[in-house]
Amino acid sequence: MAATPARRPVPALPSGSDAAPGTVALKGEVWRQLRRDRLALAGLVVLALLFVTALFGKLLTEWLVVFDPTLVRLPEKLLPPLAFASAALPADQLPAFGHYLLGTDDLGRDVFARMLQGSFVSLSIGFVAVSIELVIGLALGGLAGFYGGRVDALIMRFTDVMLCFPTFFLILTVVALLPPSIWNIMLVIGVTSWMGTCRFVRAELLALREQDFVRAARALGLSDARVIFRHLIPNAIAPVLVSATIAVASAILTESALSYLGFGVQPPDASWGNILSDGRAFLFDAPWLFVIPGAAILVVVLAFNLVGEGLRDALNPRLRRSR
Amino acid sequence: MAAFLARALAQRCALLVVISMLAFAVIHLAPGEPSEVDPMNPRMKPQDIARIRAAFHLDEPLHAQYGYWLRDLATGELRSFKDGQPVVPRIWERFLNSVPLFLVAILIEWTVAFPIGIRAAVTRGSRFDRTSTFFAYLLISVPSFFVAYLVVLGVVNAFQLPVIGMRTFGFDPASSLRLVMDRIWHLAIPSLMAALTGLAVMSRYVRSQMLEVVAQDYVRTARAKGLADDQVVYHHALRNALLPFVTMFGFLIPGLIGGSVIIEQIFAWPGIGRLGYEAILARDFPVILTLNFFAAALTLAGTFVSDVLYAVVDPRIRLG
Repeated sequence: MAATPARRPVPALPSGSDAAPGTVALKGEVWRQLRRDRLALAGLVVLALLFVTALFGKLLTEWLVVFDPTLVRLPEKLLPPLAFASAALPADQLPAFGHYLLGTDDLGRDVFARMLQGSFVSLSIGFVAVSIELVIGLALGGLAGFYGGRVDALIMRFTDVMLCFPTFFLILTVVALLPPSIWNIMLVIGVTSWMGTCRFVRAELLALREQDFVRAARALGLSDARVIFRHLIPNAIAPVLVSATIAVASAILTESALSYLGFGVQPPDASWGNILSDGRAFLFDAPWLFVIPGAAILVVVLAFNLVGEGLRDALNPRLRRSR
Repeated sequence: MAAFLARALAQRCALLVVISMLAFAVIHLAPGEPSEVDPMNPRMKPQDIARIRAAFHLDEPLHAQYGYWLRDLATGELRSFKDGQPVVPRIWERFLNSVPLFLVAILIEWTVAFPIGIRAAVTRGSRFDRTSTFFAYLLISVPSFFVAYLVVLGVVNAFQLPVIGMRTFGFDPASSLRLVMDRIWHLAIPSLMAALTGLAVMSRYVRSQMLEVVAQDYVRTARAKGLADDQVVYHHALRNALLPFVTMFGFLIPGLIGGSVIIEQIFAWPGIGRLGYEAILARDFPVILTLNFFAAALTLAGTFVSDVLYAVVDPRIRLG
């Protein structure tokens, strides 16, 4: 996954479609707009750092264990950030560089190692959940917008039904009933939050399907699926990208809320949400256990939101500033 | 008008039935039954589990179970799996506890978000706009329980504000005025925390709505006529910017009920969200189902009201 949604290659458009000529120029234009937005740019930098951190986190805590997030050192518990490891520890239990960069938790585990591991877990929850959401939303929205009529009515009624559920309560119910697993959390978040995407795509497609390039594509005898997914959806993808960026942020928040209630990622795996949730108990004795993951979630979610909003402004010609 | 109302009502009743079926299917098809809450208990023998399943009709086919649930709900005989208490009165009682929280939260959201959003839109690009934008994003991005805990730490020490429950335990004041004050103090922090995220989202939404409207020709005309700024903003622009908020009304409800799970858990508020959480922990299917049904019914009622309001507020829309 590239760090910058804005630079993602624009899906190939069919040659001869009347939307193609503007696309490359539009991409440059969006990037130019985004670069003027200092908040969004800061968000992009944070996200780039986050992706690097998450990759290194996976690498250094699981494949090539430099920071061991599961090693329990009971005599070393609740040490503040930057504390030295005691010399009495056996050599194989010493943390890297002899320091606990972010302190230790109530079991003497290295918080820095756990945050590293958690960065990959939290980020993958966000991305997998949003991918599921996008697949469902694009498929249903595509069908509804392209066929209209009875198919549209059926799908939109189903969307209405889903919108009537208190989403977080539904997620909580299903996650609590299913066996605890990180995949179930991703799946449930994805399956309960596709309604916005579906409505966006449908609305765009209802307008697009009357255009000449669609008629041309159909006259060429292309299958409906090809017209929808190769010709129509790439033209409707811009608002979906914006909402997907923001959805990653809200999926990370949902995971932390689930962790608070005890249904998030289960130990021994670390996610930022469950580190934060476990830190509550030591709010007075070891505030860093609560503040560090909380601040990390805040910064990352903020970055996703700022990039998403920056993209939205850049893509919306009506709000564009005059140059 | 009457035909429109009748059709909208009928449509929503049909939706409600579909929703209840879906909720029923989701909850019953997911693995994990009320009889398995305590799988490690050595005294639970297979025949005990079979007895429990039979008592709650869990051994019968799904459609029959759905029938039982509907019948019990209609006759008011629906009882909790956990303690055998009637479900509907309990949900109602907890809902009444949550209502002040919801109302004050919505009130805070709307009264604070509108002025901020309008000012940010009108003075677009100013220091105020940028600051409010940044703080709005900050509030949207922070995990709600994180900020609630930090605020609780601050206010308990600084202002001696109560943050647990709906009333002071064992408080038996002489006058009813003090009782009311006690309730209001207990309401202050939880409702503020419940409002925070919504406030930020709403102020952004107000800002973008206002921006769209302010750019339109009739607003320029109003300015060109020489009207005062306030007159243009509040009289001409705001009226049209308000329209989408009428439709948002109905969809506030699921968010409130879902969001109340966390807030009520933090502040030990005996409301509907906490009831749901307790029911989930105990796999108390009748309570979970009825709660979902209740929330959906409220949402549909909300969207119905907002549809009607929309037609009343906007003369361009005719119901037919």
